[in-house]
Parts: sequence; C-alpha cells; structure tokens
Amino acid sequence: MAPIIELEDLHKTYESGEEPVHAVRGVSLTISRGEFVAVMGTSGSGKSTLMNILGCLDRPTSGGYRLDGIQVSTLPRDQLSDLRNRKIGFVFQNFNLLSRTSAVENVELPMLYRRTPLSAAEQRRKALQSLEMVGIGKRAGHTPNQLSGGQQQRVAIARSLINDPVLLLADEPTGNLDSRTSIEILGIFQRLNDEGITILMVTHEPEVANHAKRIIVMRDGRIRTDNLVANRLNAAAELGRLPAEGGA
Amino acid sequence: MRLQTSFRTAFRALLRNKLRSLLTALGIIIGVAAVIAMVGIGNGAKKQVEDQVASMGDNALMVFSGSSSRGGMSGGFGSAGTLTLEDAFAIKREIPGVQGVTPEVEGSARISSGNQNWFTRLNGVDADYFSIRMWSFTHGGPFEERDVKAYAKVAVIGKTTALEMFGSEEEALGKIVRVRNVPFTIIGVLAPKGASFFGRDQDDTLVVPYTSAMKRVLGVKTIPRITVSVERGKSVAMVVEQVSNLLSQRHRLPGDREPDFSIRTQEELANMATATSKTMTTLLGFVASISLIVGGIGIMNIMLVSVTERTREIGIRLAIGARGSDILVQFLIEAVTLSLLGGMIGIGLAFLAATLIMRFSPMPVYITAGPVLYSFAFSAAVGILFGFYPARKAASLDPIEALRYE
Repeated sequence: MAPIIELEDLHKTYESGEEPVHAVRGVSLTISRGEFVAVMGTSGSGKSTLMNILGCLDRPTSGGYRLDGIQVSTLPRDQLSDLRNRKIGFVFQNFNLLSRTSAVENVELPMLYRRTPLSAAEQRRKALQSLEMVGIGKRAGHTPNQLSGGQQQRVAIARSLINDPVLLLADEPTGNLDSRTSIEILGIFQRLNDEGITILMVTHEPEVANHAKRIIVMRDGRIRTDNLVANRLNAAAELGRLPAEGGA
Repeated sequence: MRLQTSFRTAFRALLRNKLRSLLTALGIIIGVAAVIAMVGIGNGAKKQVEDQVASMGDNALMVFSGSSSRGGMSGGFGSAGTLTLEDAFAIKREIPGVQGVTPEVEGSARISSGNQNWFTRLNGVDADYFSIRMWSFTHGGPFEERDVKAYAKVAVIGKTTALEMFGSEEEALGKIVRVRNVPFTIIGVLAPKGASFFGRDQDDTLVVPYTSAMKRVLGVKTIPRITVSVERGKSVAMVVEQVSNLLSQRHRLPGDREPDFSIRTQEELANMATATSKTMTTLLGFVASISLIVGGIGIMNIMLVSVTERTREIGIRLAIGARGSDILVQFLIEAVTLSLLGGMIGIGLAFLAATLIMRFSPMPVYITAGPVLYSFAFSAAVGILFGFYPARKAASLDPIEALRYE
C-alpha cells in the first residue's frame, strides 16, 4: 500500500523582501497509513510552512509531494481545493468554526463542496453521526459562541472527519485549551488513530507530542530529529487519574 | 456547491445584517420605483392623448387661417383672418367625401346669470360641430341648422361651466345666461371630455351658433378655423389635398406663394402632443436609470466591506475544500439577491406610487409590462455587474492569509 505522505527534497522559498527566505530547505519524509506523527520546532523552524504544503494550502518551490499516491506539487488551485475537500481534515488551534452557524451545519460544510453532492437528509445524518462520534451529539443545534473551547474543538474534529479523509492535520489543536480539555482532545485523536486514521499534529509542547507515536523536530527548515516515542502517554489513562471535572 | 444551497447561504448572510441589507438595497428600490413610475407617467400622458384622438375623431382635419406676422411677431394660427364663411360653405359644397363642416369662432367672454358670473370660452359653431367632435349630451341636446340660420340665442354649456354657474348640470338646462348682455337660453349640457392635448379644460365652454356669436357677441367677419370631418373609409390625406387646392383657388394664390391658411389633421396634432411626452418619458427613464447605477455602486461598496469582514470565513471555506468559483458564486448570488429583492420591492413601491398619484392628482399613470421587466432585468444585471468585482476579490484570496486574518 502506498504511503499517505511522501516528500522528496522539498523546498519552499519566499521571494518577499530583499533577501529570499528559505523556509523549508530540503525535507524528505515518508508517513505511512495509521501513523500518528507530532511535528515540533520553534517558530521560524519551517514547521508551519511544511504544514501548509502538506495541507495543500500552498505549493512547494521545488521537490515532490505525493499525497495518497497523487503527485500534488504541481496541481492547479481548483484541484488542490478538491484534494483538501476529499483527502484532508483540518483541525486548527483557534477552531475556525463559522460563527452564528450551528454545530451540525459547521460539520456539514465540507459536504457542501463535494463534487458529488449528497442529499440534504444524508448530509444531516452523517453530520449528526460525526458529532456523536466525538461525544457532542447533544449540542448539534448550538452555535460556537454557546460552546466551550473543548466543545468547539470537538465540533471542528467532527467537521474534519466528515468526508472520510486519509489524513488529519492538526495545527496546535490544544493551544487554546486548558490541560484537562487538552487531554480529552488528545484522547479523541488517539482513539481515531486506533481506528486507523493517519494524524499529523503540529505542537510545541513536548507533553502533547508524547501522545503521538512518532516525533519529528524541525529546525532552520530541515528535519533535525525523527524518532519513535518511547514512553507514549495514554490520554484515557491520564483522565482516569485526574480528579473529576469541577473537582474537589 | 448546489445553487439552492448557495441561495440559502446568501439569504442567511443578508438576514444577518437586516438593516444594512435594506439600506444597500434602497438604492435599487428607489431606482426601480423611479424608472417604472416615470415611464408610467409618460405613458399615461401618451395614452390620454390617444384616447382623446379616439374621442374627437381621427377623421377630422382643421383649416387654420394664415398667421399674421407684423414686425417679426407671430400671431399664431388663425390670427390673420383670411378664412371666410364662404370658404366653409365651398368646402361642404364642392369636396366629395366630406361628412361635416363647421366654421369655428372663438372668444373669451364673461357670462352671467343672476348674481353668478364666470369667465369662459365662447365657441361659435355650426350644427355639424357636435357630430364632428363627437360631443354627446347629458341633458338636453344640440342646436340645429335652423337655429343657426335664425341667429338664435340658444347655447349649449360645458360641464365645468354649468357647475360653476348653476351648481349642477340639471339646474343649467333652460336657464338664461347673459354673454356681454346678450341673453342665451341653455338647451343642452355637454358630456365631459376632460383636458385637451395641450392641457386646456374642454368642458369649460359655452357653445352657440356661429351666426349669433359673430354678429351678436364678437362682431367679427372672418373665421379663424374651419373643422372638417371626412366620411368613414375615405382618405383624410386626399381631402386635405382637395381642401388645399380649393382654398388656393378661392384665395387666388399664385403657385409660388406661401398659402394664407394651414391644414392640420387630428393625427398630426396628436403627434405633436405625444412627441413632447415621448421625449420626456425617455429623459425621465434615463435619469431614473442613473439612480439604478448609483444603487449598484452602493451594492458594490457594501459587498467589498462584507468580503473584508468575512475574510476568515472565506479562509475556512477555502481550507475545507471550496473552490475559488464556489466563493465567487456565493458572493455573486448575495449581490444579485440584494439587487433582485430591491427590484421586487421597487416594483411594489412603483405600483403604490402610481395608485397614490392617480388618487391625489389628475395625472394618469399607465404602468406597462415593459418597464417593469426592463427595470427588473436591469437590477439583476446591476447586481451581477457590481457584485462581480467584490466576489472575484473574495474568490482570489489566499487561504493561508485569509485564515490568519484577524
């Protein structure tokens, strides 16, 4: 089976100022189906640029990128849109839900842009199912401002999964959450990963990264270390040890 | 994205800012209402003239006495007094296809009855006049040939004059009015006709035999105007030609001299009147169209603001797989929805305005399908035209930049 991600000597250079900025300078990387990878690095390490390219939001200056066997580094804008729609689920630090739009409609959103649309009833059914899966089915009618941060991130995860993507890209998914909620979200990721979903997560917190199976550290646009996690943290077990919510 | 979904999304976005949407659409609302109402008023005026042509007989023609011009001052049609009663008799006698002929003399006169008095137009005509001009009567009837021959002191009164002098049309019948101290007995009341092409109240009149008018009241020998009606099915143009030849002969005009009379058909007079209203209609419609364009600019302005405000939303949509074209269509539909809603409200407003105008003013308003469809299509076009630039701006946003937008 083809790997989910194959990068070959990937470069990204911005020609903005007087000096060209080499954000990514020669990254080669393979991520297989079922992996849970954390990408770490300080700001300016090139990890955000790499994420944007992996998410098909940006194109590399040179080098090859295969996503699920498709060479995407040279695809035109519209086809990148379609790839994002069908192959990738995004989870952002600040959730990026549409305000004043109910949770279930937020989850339905990616289905509206499918090239082969589903019926409205089918969309609603799938969206509710997806919300149920992240444990927030009862809040389907709530708008984001009626939900806590953790609940909003769950809605965002439900949205990212709605088109059955091959890759879930999470950019600092716990950055705006308290520690307990962070662990809950990481628990959802671990469960989804156990069910076979490939996850790539950017974070700068080692504790968060330790929930993944593999950690890649970037620096100055290159991969510095690439190791499997020795003492992997299990979110479910951690939650069991924590005092109950609102606890004594 | 399905079109149906796009429309729903657009509606929702517009409902989110109800007041803003309404104010934005107001330009289009006023523009559309103005176009329809203006063209409606123009058409109303035109239709009124056409109705008058129908009511006065499109088979009539008028011979005017040549205009006098002294020292560069023109006295207008009929002021020179070159037509005589004999000319009128000759036309009736000698030209085939003529149905009726009446000489017409005219003057302003103060008329009185008891302690009432009124300033009106005195018309001296032959008995044929009433059939030529298609006047009918609400009370009494016309005077006859023998009244004319006898210089009879009988009169037919217009509705306006009757109301002013006697309070009602019934009251007027049989009453005596004094015109410059000559007493006339009212034997008929004319059915109302309203304003003429040129805005004069045709019902404000006192009609008497021309013999009486010329000799007893006005003291004139020549007549300013002869009205001729042509038999149904006969060519009006042919009769015009023959009348012209006959009068030239009678007035012994050499071929190269300007005739001392002029002939106008009813149709020509109508065209003169409608030409003005047509120009006005076009002009008003044009000015109103400009307000539609101004309305479009308002839409563009607000759509640009909206695109900036919703940059993040656009970023989210792009990230989860919307194509540029999806975003383009979404914003375009928003702009078009805004302008079409404005158009529909504008059409409603135009009908309301028409009803009010007709209720509170004598101006007729005649709304046809043409300007309604035109302004509706125009407002849709305005929406597409002025919505396109903001929509394209939204569609070409970079998803990474848009997601980062605060």
